[in-house]
This record gives sequence, structure tokens and C-alpha cells, in this order.
Amino acid sequence: MKELGIVKLHEKLVNKEITSEELIKDALTKSHKLNDTCNAFVTIIDDAKEAEVTDNLLSGIPFGVKDNYSTKGILSTASSNTLKDYIPFFDATAVKNLKDAGAVAVNKTAMDEFGMGGTGTTAHTGIIHNPWDLNRSCAGSSSGSAASVAAGVYPYALGSDTGDSIRKPAAFCGVVGYKPTYGMISRFGLFPFASSLDTCGVLTRSVQDAAIVVDAMKGQDKKDATSWDSSDIHLYKSLNGDVLGKKVFYIKEIVDINNYPNASEELKMHLENFHKSLEILSSFGVQVDALSIDKELLNVIPSVYVCLSCAEATSNLSNMTGIIFGPRGEGDNIFDMMKDHRTKGFSPLIKRRFVIGSYILQKENQERYFVNAQRARRLIVDKFKSLFQKYDALILPVSTGPAPLLENENDQLNSDDTTLLEEHLQIGNFGGFPSITIPNGFINNLPVGINITGNCKDDANVLNIAYALEAKMNYKDMVVKDE
Amino acid sequence: MNKQKIVIGLEMHCEMKSNSKVFSAARNSYNELANDNVAPLDMAFPGTLPTLNKECVRKSILMSLALNCKVPEYFYFDRKNYYYPDLPKGYQITQMHDPIGTNGYVLIDTNGYEKKVLIHDIHLEEDSASLDHYSDASLIDYNRSGIPLLELVTEPCLNSADEAVSFLEEMRRIYQYLDVSEADTKKGQIRCDVNVSIMDEDSNVLGTKVEIKNVNSFANVKEAINYEVNRQLKLKEDGKYNEVEQETRRFDEESGTTIRMRGKVDAIDYKYFVEPNLPKYKITKEYLESIKKTIPMLPRDRKLNYINKYNLSEHEASLIIKDKDYANYFDECINIGIDIKQAYNWLVGNITSYLNKEDISIKDFFIGPTYLKEIIDALNNNTISSKQAKEIFNECLNTLKEPKDFISNNTQVSNKDELENIIINILNNNTKQIEDYKNGKTNLFDYFVGQVMKETKGKANPVITKEILKDKLDN
Repeated sequence: MKELGIVKLHEKLVNKEITSEELIKDALTKSHKLNDTCNAFVTIIDDAKEAEVTDNLLSGIPFGVKDNYSTKGILSTASSNTLKDYIPFFDATAVKNLKDAGAVAVNKTAMDEFGMGGTGTTAHTGIIHNPWDLNRSCAGSSSGSAASVAAGVYPYALGSDTGDSIRKPAAFCGVVGYKPTYGMISRFGLFPFASSLDTCGVLTRSVQDAAIVVDAMKGQDKKDATSWDSSDIHLYKSLNGDVLGKKVFYIKEIVDINNYPNASEELKMHLENFHKSLEILSSFGVQVDALSIDKELLNVIPSVYVCLSCAEATSNLSNMTGIIFGPRGEGDNIFDMMKDHRTKGFSPLIKRRFVIGSYILQKENQERYFVNAQRARRLIVDKFKSLFQKYDALILPVSTGPAPLLENENDQLNSDDTTLLEEHLQIGNFGGFPSITIPNGFINNLPVGINITGNCKDDANVLNIAYALEAKMNYKDMVVKDE
Repeated sequence: MNKQKIVIGLEMHCEMKSNSKVFSAARNSYNELANDNVAPLDMAFPGTLPTLNKECVRKSILMSLALNCKVPEYFYFDRKNYYYPDLPKGYQITQMHDPIGTNGYVLIDTNGYEKKVLIHDIHLEEDSASLDHYSDASLIDYNRSGIPLLELVTEPCLNSADEAVSFLEEMRRIYQYLDVSEADTKKGQIRCDVNVSIMDEDSNVLGTKVEIKNVNSFANVKEAINYEVNRQLKLKEDGKYNEVEQETRRFDEESGTTIRMRGKVDAIDYKYFVEPNLPKYKITKEYLESIKKTIPMLPRDRKLNYINKYNLSEHEASLIIKDKDYANYFDECINIGIDIKQAYNWLVGNITSYLNKEDISIKDFFIGPTYLKEIIDALNNNTISSKQAKEIFNECLNTLKEPKDFISNNTQVSNKDELENIIINILNNNTKQIEDYKNGKTNLFDYFVGQVMKETKGKANPVITKEILKDKLDN
């Protein structure tokens, strides 16, 4: 089934075939329905008001906001008990930019607590289910955003991505997930997980919509010192589908089926499907090269990610004490009160990350773990930056196939080591690279995705390759069929 | 017991002057009203980010250069992680890996000798909130949260409480001369940690270091050091030096003693790492040069200048440089040609007593160097007497009028004919009083002087007035 994209909706609004009010109402109705089945939202903004339709493509159109974005006057919990009643008094810059464009936020999407999970099972409001199959995971952490865009609640929802939190749920839910270059969208108002990796982004049903939304979200912000001036980048206008002569590469060590002698049927189909997508690109005149990269370098990616993200997270979330905001802890003194707040408020998964992060940052361990992880990050980034001198993009399949069953979540489906297939998207966060996942097929009636990643600030190029590939496949504007 | 040497190292925290806080847009100003100067970052609301105040960067580099420190190639920050109710983020943004200044020195004078105090480093960081403890609750004031602080760490190279205090006083003057801080201990703008140990004078082995935290006035620094030195010396004398433990103590103002807070094993691991939300800024040579150019002559150089060029004594020169504006006033006096001794005498005499009496700064003093010169010139060319000079000085301050108004009026009403006319007029209207005077009420003479003064609005030359009056009344 197909749903309209932003440009079509805008045309209809301008031609008065539909009204903003109708769109908002429809989105709210669908939100309640989806919440019953998928548990996708923390808050549904029932009093959301229509907005005036202007020249802006986003005006009057509803959207969803991941619950780790600060939204003025609207509950923002990051799906954590530590913030279960927290109503911010300021908007995140990205949200403010969209509001200024006339867009209307209609809900806050559920997520893995503080973005620190990849399963959609750690939200304080309960497990988030995949609308394609309610027994399956959405992946995470932007689970609710991916689920609601796939279910056709609205054309887009905001996500955030620290390791793969936009791009993996996008693949499992059959939608587009775009994480722009680090600093292109201000992080002001995004509840932090790991500041050097955190990136704002969006989940949509087409590359075009992703370009339109990020055009509106981005911009240098004096409230975020790591943001930069991208006023000369026009993503939507740059989409022309002309990819003749472009060069992309994939990494043999990750996608060669011979590396997985005991591969499941799903994995085999997934990798075959990946090669079909490569053939499409070749047919456009894109040069596709299979490169070999030092396995030792690739193998450290997951542990580098764990070291850096946990270390930053443990520090970033030290403001959660229950003193200024969040439920006050109990205790005879202030330290016991803080301890109580954190003990009761955080889920075990997060506490585990704090323990790892603290351990890594300890004086006696810093050099061995934290500093070495930083060095390894630099080596990995340097390697890919040098490849991006020759190539326009890196292209890889997302995960080992479609969304796993929730109850089998911890089961090892593949007896081979598929860690790299699961974790390679973290390269994009190490380098701050622009990276987009688009749906590229179905396995057992479940969507799978492919990812394209390019050099910093080369977002337009990355989107254009995705745009060309998307045009040749039949998954644009796709939503879960309504039963 | 071998003769013991005292070894002291200081950590001096000084709040910087700036319009806004170092990482947020909240105002940086002394505020009686609690929780008024607060931006969302200062209370660490989720999603807030630090942004860097460039003026604070400039001032920290200025201090680094003034203290002869090495400035790093890049300016960046580290996080110091610990939980405390006055630290809303759960970490302090500071500089650990690459402080803005390292390996510097500053020269000080103590009881007549010069000493080079080695600076380990100086770095920019943010202040914490302030806590007020009551019997049943503690209150947090976030006004102080995020105020720019410069922390300066000396090498353990000071050998007496007097040296430590001289150093702190010298530093306070430098902060004030560079306009980096008001450096007012009364407003809590300076706070010190003091490291104290003793060692055999002829040994190279340092003794056990004891840290005394949060000593907030120079007098307390002196007292804390002396107490701690005596405590350690006593233990040494009693053969119990092994009881001196590497520990952190605090100074108790009431008892004048130091009290144990925690031992070395309880030392906090601050888990420092580079602050990811503030990018590294390259410090260019051009930028450094442009800052270097703005460094004025520092107080100690100025003092030496006064001694060597102006022949002031060490004591006199020290009095002048105590305050930057005061020294500037003095320099301006000399620049416009006032005699050095006269300028000095007026400054430490009449001017200082007036400033003290009114409790105002010399910056707000009505009689600037130019006005002062008018008075002194008139005095020097005998237009006025020194008593009149003092009177004119006071009149200027009372009326907020220029000295020359009074000086020129003085000469006018020194005109004999004019005064004679005025006096004749007054006498004609006071025949009764003349009679009384002639009958022996000679103290009425002052009454007539008063009438003349009233008529001339106090501008009559009293000597000439008296002359004429005496002449008229006694004849």
C-alpha cells in the first residue's frame, strides 16, 4: 500500500482538496490505533492544532517527534522513568525549526530508554512492536518513529542516531532513515546519549521527503557549538537521480557469503538481495567495487563503540539526580536521594552501560580502554575518509535480514559471527558521516534495508545515490497494509 | 630535630569578570537575589549544551601571557566528573589536559626580598552553584553555577605564610590591573586551597603533603598555614611524623584550626575526558599577538618604576600600586605635570582620607588629575594659601564645581576697592553692632567678617577683609 509523500500532500493542501485540520485529525486517530497495537507513543498530542498552509512544503502537515527531543510544554521522557513527568520549557532547535516551517507535531514516539538500546524493548511504556508483524522487534532506538511512519500515521517522524538508532529501525520497518552529517542539525534540546556520536535525523517513506525535512531541520545554531553553516546545501533541490560515473564500494569482509558458511536462509536471501541492488546501481552507470579492508580494523568497531558511547553516556546522564527535575529520590541525605532516584529510575540495560562507562574512564583503565578506543576511532575514520577521496559512497546491507522475533531476541540465529553485519553502521557515527537506509526488498513478507554512507558534508551526493536506487525499486511511499 | 623547611603550594580560584557566564547566556554579576541569573544550562536541563564565551577565552589567554606561561596550540576543555548537589551537570567543564597556561612564573616581594614563584598552570573552568546549609535543609543558589573561574596552581615553592600571602596579594593586583577580575574576597571571588608540608632543610625529599580546602580570605590563608605548620612541626618534634598523613583537611574559621575531611585512599577519581560539546579552537599567533599588545604595565613593574624613576620609597610605591585606578590616577597626575611629591602627598593625604570617609573608588572621585593640577598650580604660584587649597578642595567636592571657579573668585574678591564698598555697605546697615563693638564687644568682629563672607558668598579674601574691617572699625 502507498501513502502520499510531502510534495503531494502539499499540493492537495494548496488546492484545498484536503485541509491541515483533516490531516492532523487523521494522524491523531491513527496514532491511537497504532498505540493499541504497537505501543509506539509516549504521548499523543490530542490538542494539536492545524497550521496555516504556506509556500513551505511542510506547512500544515503532521509529524512525530522522538521522545528524547525537548518539546516545550509537552511531556518529554526519553522513555525513561527518571523523566516520566518532565515537561520542558523550551523546544529543541530541530523541533523549533520545523514548527517555524508550519509543521505540526502530533505525538512523541516511544524509544529505547535515552536512545541506549537497539531493540525497542526498554521504553518505560513497554515493548514497541513492529507494525509489519507484531511479534517482531522494530530495532531501536527510534522504534516508535519507525513504526509510526511505516504504519502511515504521517509522512515523517524525528529520530536520533548514536550507533544506528535511525538506520536500523528504518530497515526493519521498511522505511527510509537518514542520519545527516554530524553538526548539520543542531543537537540543542536533544537529550544526550553520547555527544560525539549523537545525530538528529529523520524517518520517512522516501528519500525526497528525507531531503525536504532535513532541509528544514538543519542550520547552524549558536546554542550548539558543534553545528556548522550548511546554508549552501539544498538537499531537496539537489535530488536529480543523475548518478552516471559515480563510484561506490562495499566491504568484502562484511558481505561475502563465503564468510558465513553456516548462513541462515534469511541471511543468504538478504545478501543476494543486496547484490541485486548493486546491479541496479551498475545499470545506471555507477561503478561498484568490492574492497577488502583489514579485518582487524573492522573487528574493533563494536568494542570501540561500546567504550566511547558508554563513557560519554555515564557522564552525560550524571545530571539525572532527581534534584532539579525528575522524581525526587528517598533518603536521609542528598547522596542517598540521588542514588535512590537513579536506582529506581534507570532500567538495568542503562545501568550496565554506566558501569562499563565508569570502569573505562577510571584513571587506571583510561589509557587502556578509553584512549585506545579514541585512537581506534581515529584510524577507522581516517581509513574511510581516504576511501571517500576515491569513492562517493560505501554501500552495505543493514543487519542480517528482516526484523527478529521479539521473543527470540537473544537467540543466535546465525552460528557464524555476524557481528559486523549488525554493527557496521557505527562507522557512520565515528566519522560523523551522512548515512541513509532505504528499503530494498522483502524476505518472508518482511522488509529489509540497504545503507549508503558518504563523506562528511557530502549529504547531497549520498541522498542522490539513494534517490536513484529507490526510483528503480517499488518501495517508495510504502506503508504497512491495513488489515 | 633537624631544622625544618616549610613547603607551600597554592591553588587560587578567581571569578572572572564578564557580561555573561562562561558557557551560557545568563548574566555574570553579583546578585543578592538567589536563582535570578540562571540559564537552562546552569541547571543542566536535558538537552542543553555549553557554548563558549569568547571574552573569557581572551581574558584567560591574557592572564596566561601575563604570568609568562606557555599557551597551547589549541583551546579545548575537559570534563571533571563527580556528583555533588552544587554541580547540576554532574561534571565540571574545566581544562586538565592542556591548560591555557603552563610553566609560568611571577615575581613577588615579601618583607623586602624578591622571589620568583613558579606557576604550574592556570586554566579556565566554570564555578559550581553555591549551597547554604541550615539545620533542617540546604538551599542551592544557581547564580554562581557557570560563572567563569580561573584556577591557578603554583609549584610547591613558597616557604612561609607571609610569602603565600604576598603571592596572593600580587595575584589579586594582577587580576585587577588586567581587568580580568574584581578579585574581591568579600564577594567570595577568590578561594584558595593550600598544600602544606615540612621537610629537613638540607634534604631533597619533600615531606607528606596535606591539602587544606576552601580557604576564603588571605588572613585565613595565613592562619591556616601557620596552624598546619605548627601541627606538623609538633608531631615531628614528638617523633610522631608518621602520623602526618596525606589527606585533605578544611580550615575551621571559628577555632582557627584545620580539620580532617578525607584521606588519600578516599581521593576522588574525576574520570577526566575531553568535553565533546565544545570543538577545539586553534589559537593563532596573530590572536596571541593581538592580546599581548593589550597587556599594561603590571603592578610590580610599576612599583619598581616609581622607586627607580620617581625616587619614591618602597613603602610609598607600594601604597600607590595597591589599586590600579589609584596608580592610574597618580600616573595621570605626573603626565600632566604635577610635581611627583605633591601628587603623592595629595593622593595619600587629602584624597585617600576623603575616599575612605565616603567609601568610594577613586574612579568615582570628582576631582580628577586636571582639577587637582588647577589647585596645586594656584598654590605653587601663591594665588592661594595651602589652607585655601584645602578649602577649595573641599568646596569642589561639596558643590561639584571646578576648582578654577573658586580660585578665580578668590582673586576677584581680593580687589580692595570692591571689598571696601561691600564693607561700607554692611557697616551702614549695622550701626547698632558698630556701637556695641566700640563699647567693648570685640567678638562682634567675627560677626562683621561673617557678614562680608555672606555677601560675597564666601569668596572674599579673608586677610584683606579683616584688614579693611579693622581699619574702618578701629578708626
